Amino acid sequence: MTPTAPIAQKPRTDVNPVRIYTLRIDGRDVSGREDETILTVARQNGIFIPTLCHLDGLAERGACRLCIVEIQGSPKLFAACVTLVKQDMDVITDSARIRDYRRKILELIFSERNHVCAVCVVNGNCELQDLAVKLGMTHVRYDYLNPPQSVDASHPRFSLDHNRCVLCLRCIRVCKDIEGASTWDISGRGIHARIISDLNQPWGESETCTGCGKCVQVCPTGALSEKGKSVAEMTKRPQFLPYLQMMRKEAEI
Amino acid sequence: MGSQIVIDPVHRIEGHGKITIQLDASGHVEDAAFHVTQFRGFEKFCEGRPYYEMPSLVERICGICPISHALASAKACDAILGVTVPAAGQKLRTLLNLASIMQSHALSFFHLSSPDLLLGFDGPPEKRNILGLLETHPQLATDGIRLRQIGQSIIEWLAGKKIHPTWVVPGGVGEPLSTENLENIRAVLPEARDIVLRTIGWFKPSMEDYREEIRTFANFPSMFLGLVDPRGNLAHFDGNLRFMDYQGNIVADQVPPARYADYIGEAVENDSYLKSPYYLPIGYPEGIYRVGPAARLNVCGGCRTLLADEEWAEFKSLEKGPVLSAFYNHYARLIEILYTIEKAEQLTADPDILSPKVRSHAQPNFFEGIGVVEAPRGTLFHHYQVDENGLITGVNLIVATGNNNLAMNHGVLQVARHFIKNGEVSEPVLTRLEAVIRAFDPCLSCATHALGMMTLHVRLLGPDGRVMDEKWR
Repeated sequence: MTPTAPIAQKPRTDVNPVRIYTLRIDGRDVSGREDETILTVARQNGIFIPTLCHLDGLAERGACRLCIVEIQGSPKLFAACVTLVKQDMDVITDSARIRDYRRKILELIFSERNHVCAVCVVNGNCELQDLAVKLGMTHVRYDYLNPPQSVDASHPRFSLDHNRCVLCLRCIRVCKDIEGASTWDISGRGIHARIISDLNQPWGESETCTGCGKCVQVCPTGALSEKGKSVAEMTKRPQFLPYLQMMRKEAEI
Repeated sequence: MGSQIVIDPVHRIEGHGKITIQLDASGHVEDAAFHVTQFRGFEKFCEGRPYYEMPSLVERICGICPISHALASAKACDAILGVTVPAAGQKLRTLLNLASIMQSHALSFFHLSSPDLLLGFDGPPEKRNILGLLETHPQLATDGIRLRQIGQSIIEWLAGKKIHPTWVVPGGVGEPLSTENLENIRAVLPEARDIVLRTIGWFKPSMEDYREEIRTFANFPSMFLGLVDPRGNLAHFDGNLRFMDYQGNIVADQVPPARYADYIGEAVENDSYLKSPYYLPIGYPEGIYRVGPAARLNVCGGCRTLLADEEWAEFKSLEKGPVLSAFYNHYARLIEILYTIEKAEQLTADPDILSPKVRSHAQPNFFEGIGVVEAPRGTLFHHYQVDENGLITGVNLIVATGNNNLAMNHGVLQVARHFIKNGEVSEPVLTRLEAVIRAFDPCLSCATHALGMMTLHVRLLGPDGRVMDEKWR
């Protein structure tokens, strides 16, 4: 049997070159590939844009809108995580208007469910809490909805507390794209949306869940946690994701 | 026409309370009641939460003794897991409880009660506080503040934080003790010991001046409850229940805490959010029992530490049977501070305390758990039920102050009857009414948890003031 040449996975860049655009972010001249987002280019250049649903190694979702930026010439705000760079774009990542909107978004997230940091398993290690501190959210101007939410503790190793869920959908993405199990999904719309496993059955009864725990590690809040971890004891380790992807790419070649 | 005297709010106690005194037509005190006017709801809203969140959740009951709640809660969770806490974890929890009692007793004695004792019950109310004390008795005031600081610092060295730490967990404690923090604890204990010995030296002879208060401050026969170790000695963290009657007879001994419900019933009054536990075999409302520092010293057979035992013997000699006057709680508090310091010295000398094995791990194995510790104000019961996934389905809390509810009511009535003459309530009388409550050192914010038990009382009054209709819901 004659060995076959490996099939090229990527388009050859020498015959199909990726364009490089030059643009301005916060008054700085920067450059980015045409397939890169404003967020990616900003981070490459050390410019901070807050994010919650974005996670390196996962497909973008554009759900939380915390990464909103202004683009000169447009009255709209753009989510930096899903907006590709363009030639001569003039992006502003920080203004009074943006700061106000970001704080409002955070306050709405906090008021929508029951985020009781003081008794949460990730207190001190929480992305939502860190953002509130970083963006200067001192209080919530909206009425708390205090919705009655349940805890699904049917899985032997993990638990899901809907009170702390911000619907970033990282768990759904990591389960589908990385683990390939597609255990998680979302049911309901708007304020009634909630994470479900399989066909809206208890997590412990899920037939597709492999128990890998990736969803727990990527969850930005205390919604998904390891059982038995006491208050403030849970730390998330999402660092595995970029490595996992890198190693998979290497294996493909 | 009879009239009503209302004291609202009652000052220098933890939480919100109110006193109502009913006078008859001739101006004599007919009845008196102490109401707890705030409502918390912990027993209800903890339902549905994972068991391992409970120690931190219930800590929020109180900012003064969160440690006691965390420990009782963790013990209830240990029972749900069915684990034995490693020896070092057990010792560290015990040490933490001692520090908590030290700081809380210091707060009660120096900050809340000593202004009455030193500036006089008849002194101007605006001066009768820790700031007034700093002007007139700077040494004692700074001693008190320092002693509380020492207790709080020990808590911080052990648990990482003075108030609401997350170190106490089901199965043990979160982190072992570091050598550095052990040295920190050892270093402050001698100063604490000097302070408390100095204070006892002043307080004991001065008790002579308060003969009338001693005679009237809830000085009535009642039962007493406290934890004792297997040999019947003073125990604060681990032990069994002992009930003593007013003559000093032990009526129930070495009752495992898990069987508390066989001995304690709970009644609810319409005018207070605080429930009224009673000794079940006697019934309600006759089954009055008291908990707290004096009750503990009454029921135990000794402290098993050198200096505290000497003081305990003196305490016991105050009366033939159990010491009945609630006023002696102040003295008992000082004796207990001395005990906590001596006991902490013993524990910190134990090389085992630095062992890294401080926690046992398990999944929930039982559907029910009961945890009991001696909080500064008395015996504290946490009783949880969980479902098969470890989510809380039921919570019952009997908080130290709750145990004393019937006794406090009785105490208020006694003081009112003794001091109120001809329907006149003077400032000194008001002070003593508050002070009798204060002698119990109630923590009202801690003590009110039950939901759906407080009734709504609606009265329809006619133009002539007659009650036309009255409904309770």
